[in-house]
Amino acid sequence: MTNKNKSSRLLQGNEACVHGALYAGVEFFAGYPITPSTELAEGMSREMPRTGGRFIQMEDEIASIAAVIGASNTGCKAMTATSGPGFSLMQENIGYAYITETPCVIINVQRGGPSTGLPTKIAQSDTMQARWGTHGDYTAITLAPSTVKECFDETVRAFNLSERFRTPVVLLSDEVLGHMREMITIPEKGAVEVYNRHKPDVPHDWYHHFEITPSLVGPMASFGDGYRHNVTGLTHDQEGFPTANPVEIKEKLDKLRNKIERYTDEIYKIRTDMMDDANIAVLSYGTVSRAARQAIMMGRERRLKVGAIQLQTIWPFPDLKLKEMLSGVRKVIVAELNMGQLVNEVKRVAPRHTEVFSLDRYDGEVMAPQQILEKIREVK
Amino acid sequence: MEKISHESDITHHYLRPKKKFPNVWCAGCGNGIVMGALIRSIDNLKLDKDKVVVVSGIGCSSRMPVYLDFNTLHTTHGRALAFATGVKVARPELKVIVITGDGDALAIGGNHFIHACRRNIDITTILVNNKIYGMTGGQFAPTTPGGSFATTAPYGNYEKQFDAVQLAIGAGASYVSRGTVYHVQQLEKLIQGGIQKRGFALVDTYSNCHTYYGRFNKEGDAVRMLDWFKKHAMPIQAARKLPAEKMKDKFVTGLIHETDATEFCQEYDMLLERLGSKKEAEK
Repeated sequence: MTNKNKSSRLLQGNEACVHGALYAGVEFFAGYPITPSTELAEGMSREMPRTGGRFIQMEDEIASIAAVIGASNTGCKAMTATSGPGFSLMQENIGYAYITETPCVIINVQRGGPSTGLPTKIAQSDTMQARWGTHGDYTAITLAPSTVKECFDETVRAFNLSERFRTPVVLLSDEVLGHMREMITIPEKGAVEVYNRHKPDVPHDWYHHFEITPSLVGPMASFGDGYRHNVTGLTHDQEGFPTANPVEIKEKLDKLRNKIERYTDEIYKIRTDMMDDANIAVLSYGTVSRAARQAIMMGRERRLKVGAIQLQTIWPFPDLKLKEMLSGVRKVIVAELNMGQLVNEVKRVAPRHTEVFSLDRYDGEVMAPQQILEKIREVK
Repeated sequence: MEKISHESDITHHYLRPKKKFPNVWCAGCGNGIVMGALIRSIDNLKLDKDKVVVVSGIGCSSRMPVYLDFNTLHTTHGRALAFATGVKVARPELKVIVITGDGDALAIGGNHFIHACRRNIDITTILVNNKIYGMTGGQFAPTTPGGSFATTAPYGNYEKQFDAVQLAIGAGASYVSRGTVYHVQQLEKLIQGGIQKRGFALVDTYSNCHTYYGRFNKEGDAVRMLDWFKKHAMPIQAARKLPAEKMKDKFVTGLIHETDATEFCQEYDMLLERLGSKKEAEK
């Protein structure tokens, strides 16, 4: 897979995620085989030992995410990859990563569900699970690439955001994107920013593992650094000890929300195409955005003023930015491969004069540009 | 008298000064005895506190790490060994000790338990085995003997019992032992041996839950339950010489099984060496 003299390569989406993770400096991978994400684990099993990193195939997905969180607490950049059923199994421990503010990256190569569902077919039906999958209150970061190049870029970004905000980051790929091949150029080392975790330099007694700093995200010590801190999934005070104090409980939960929501402007990433004069917008994410771009070209040929909005960050939802973008359009079509999940978020933030339409598909097939074009013509 | 104050000095050296005691355990609980034995084992081995990681799951005994002045990771129910595996694989130079209960390790965490044994990963597991779920109020566990009473076995338990020692041996652990909270010095030695062993070490530690198990099964208070351990424990050396009928109401203690199987991180290190990437790992 690696040919160091050649930076342009024909890669699968799943392989591009492997390269993105390596570029970001991944040091630990734990996973369990599951279609259609398996190439990620296979790629990691080849690359990690070669680069001095650690690869371990665990006994199930629950153990995989647990091992990832354990490794991250020793200072490693750590990740796992899975698909629907495995993502469901991981949810409890993803919650553990949220409350213990442990950075880690989870790549979910989506397939159809519920349950075993459609192992070899595409869906985008984990959009809401990525936001609300584990129990309790928290705020999530979720990214969604639409091309093989974006698989690389967004994996690097997932690590950066995870380490920067001390939080798990979910990357939602899908069966088609994971297995699709496109030429990509892997950037030179140093060309793309790689963020490394901020570590404490204060004396042992001054360090609080969960300190609520003015920026909300404090430095993070690793096991073995000499701070001997406690990490627990029980709601805890700033030192990391279990608490039942209502003030401390609220402080902790507010921190989990605000440390992400306050930085929404830094986290959101939206690609727009032909939106300048558009009065109809097609909003999509992931693989559907490819069809949407094609569909608006076809629409423009028919003199329709259509544009496309692709959310590369799904969560946190960019409320204000999207409201502003939609203020210029009369109609917005939300196209997604599920029964309509993100459309309700768009309805929540759309200005009053912007009508919101849902275009859904959940039969295991990709959304064709023609299907989107038909919808554009129907609502125009 | 001097010796006693010295021992309490040792204990205090390994407890978190800022953590507010008393602990969450019932008066007379065996967990404190296990914690003391663990502290003395670590002290005897002169381990660097900064390089010890204590990982636990959920349950009464799993609250232990919070009181201990090491790197501590109190995880989700049943998953301590999976988290600990991540810690150990990522940083093999750290000493990883897992504190887990019988429900935690053998019911919800049974899969992780057998696979940690199979990998023979260098983790010392102290399984505090009180034959019942204490924290949730006395439900039967996979270790509850047939016929015993529990809040979810009001007519007597009609399930069969797990033997953690046999399970660990069958799954490939290289150091398998059993102790009790009555035989404290032996327990200390077993824990110490487990920490020194390069491989998966199990110390199946019989402990008393007089609050639930003892009360429901008319086995009395903490002292009577400890007395039961005293009367029914049989050291492995003696047990080997006894005929089966004399062992009927006894259980075996001591270092029951030991092998020289290679350890997981050792194997991984050999792979890195083979690929010539060991140096990169040490950067």
